[in-house]
Amino acid sequence: MPNYTLWISARRDAGSGWFLGGLAAVVIVVPILNLAVPASSPFHVSAYGLTLVGKYLCYALLALAVDLIWGYCGILSLGHAAFFSLGGYAIGMYLMREIGARGVYGNPILPDFMVFLNYKSLPWFWYGFNHFVFALLMMILVPAALAFAFGWFAFRSRVTGVYLSIITQALTYALMLAFFRNDMGFGGNNGFTDFKDILGFDLHSDKVRVALLVITGVMLAASYLVCRMIVSSRAGRVLRAIRDAESRTRFLGYRVESFKLWIFVFSAVLAGIAGALYVPQIGIINPSEFSPINSIEVVIWVAVGGRGTLYGAAAGAVLVNYAKTYFTSTIPEAWYYALGTLFVLVTLFLPRGIIGLVSGRVRKQENIDRSRIQADRPEPSRK
Amino acid sequence: MSVSGKTLYLEQLTVSFDGFKALNELTLQVEPGELRCIIGPNGAGKTTMMDVITGKTRPDSGAVRFGDKLNLLALSEPEIAQAGIGRKFQKPTVFERLTVFENLELALAGDKCFLKTLFARRTSAQDTRIFEVLEIIGLTPQHQTLGGTLAHGQKQWLEIGMLLMQEPELLLVDEPVAGMTPQEIERTARLLQSLAGEHSVVVVEHDMDFVRSIARRVTVLHEGRVLAEGDMDQVQKDPRVIEVYLGA
Repeated sequence: MPNYTLWISARRDAGSGWFLGGLAAVVIVVPILNLAVPASSPFHVSAYGLTLVGKYLCYALLALAVDLIWGYCGILSLGHAAFFSLGGYAIGMYLMREIGARGVYGNPILPDFMVFLNYKSLPWFWYGFNHFVFALLMMILVPAALAFAFGWFAFRSRVTGVYLSIITQALTYALMLAFFRNDMGFGGNNGFTDFKDILGFDLHSDKVRVALLVITGVMLAASYLVCRMIVSSRAGRVLRAIRDAESRTRFLGYRVESFKLWIFVFSAVLAGIAGALYVPQIGIINPSEFSPINSIEVVIWVAVGGRGTLYGAAAGAVLVNYAKTYFTSTIPEAWYYALGTLFVLVTLFLPRGIIGLVSGRVRKQENIDRSRIQADRPEPSRK
Repeated sequence: MSVSGKTLYLEQLTVSFDGFKALNELTLQVEPGELRCIIGPNGAGKTTMMDVITGKTRPDSGAVRFGDKLNLLALSEPEIAQAGIGRKFQKPTVFERLTVFENLELALAGDKCFLKTLFARRTSAQDTRIFEVLEIIGLTPQHQTLGGTLAHGQKQWLEIGMLLMQEPELLLVDEPVAGMTPQEIERTARLLQSLAGEHSVVVVEHDMDFVRSIARRVTVLHEGRVLAEGDMDQVQKDPRVIEVYLGA
């Protein structure tokens, strides 16, 4: 009997090695270039550089979350920025309360924006956010709860495809409008900013920035490994089965909606963690993070990198955002045109994204896709 | 004949689509271990009947029971599958981007909830079972091939193989030989015959030669109800059947 397990693991994983190796290199080299190399050296990485790399890694984690559901289960979420932002808001609330009496108005309990908006006391939903652990819990529970409630209704009603994508888009848009309102108690359109420190450590010091970067890298690696474990388990094969032939999977006895729900909630939690890592590094969170275009950009990162590989999504996030940083500092008005063109070109010529190009599997995959298209073509009815 | 199997009862089933009665008070019974062929002209309600049994379509009225107690109309598709009813679709549907082996693995009988499958490891008994089925459907050499790259006939067998992995008591097989070569048809006939006895098998088919070669008992559907039932010779001599087929 052929050794099947061996074959699976061999097929799996040059990409994981490259990804984790590359990530380890970034997480080791970038801090050294910041802390150990003098500022006068051309190799020195500035605080700005640290933040930028940290941001890319957060985006990579967000892309991972989207690839897990889109690449492996066919759920195209155009609202994942909502979970990202909620995670960010959760940690932001902690950071706001951590400011304490050092704010402009010097109120030890109320954040500045509440004093400004004439709040007399702290709204109930801010209770507990002075504790870091509570904020961490919320960073996981709030996105998970929203994803659960949303997924429960959407998957149970068998909303799929483009309809599902549209309502995820509506979800994030509705949240954006809600968070823009001053009387929501989340700082309105200014959101949260002017953070001072986290657990007593100064957020503006390079050492803390380095620590946040390393934590982000470690979280990304850990999340990657968990995602890899999921997709290479039998449950992962069920997810791919759902992606390719949902009703067939149902007739094999799998409760498709509960698989979708589990994976969607897990993905939302990853997105929330990404957001929570993002906010202390970037130093601001406001409702524009919920804007629909953000979620669409994530999908583009994944498509460009190569969906259904996990590492491709992460690589796509870094590459596209590097390009964005470059473009927006040189010819900002051209960025969205460039992004749109990139998406169209990738969709047309690189269905497997950049990773597909690198690993030379595009042709093979195309052949599979071609036969699939023929299989999907309805037969002439001959009941 | 296995005594332990359950009988499938369809009672007074009516399904209408926009006023058109796809099933019209259909009453039918399939005994344990039986190999039953369902034939009938286009629009006779054959596929709709399968849809109702597997929970894809809900009837306007009537009852479907599996065994004496189980009311299938109260169950969802996965629950019906778990209850021991497997279905092969008219259009072969296998998981194109999973290998033949993985296709069979997913069809393995057992607990199919998310957490169980997340931590599931194949036992050697399960491996043995998968290779047994690969042998039965003749796809052992292709077990690492992606489902999508199989030839049409091989996909049909893979799907029958997936049914077997589910260890169902009742197999519903919709047009198993459509688009097959004569050799493939013969193989499929042997395969289905070998399955009956241990399982109940219901085959919907257009190909009369094929039906004649396998059928022990044939039911003719017409306009959503049973027109005739019996062995192939009886049915073919039935004047109503001749009229329906010649008229069609």
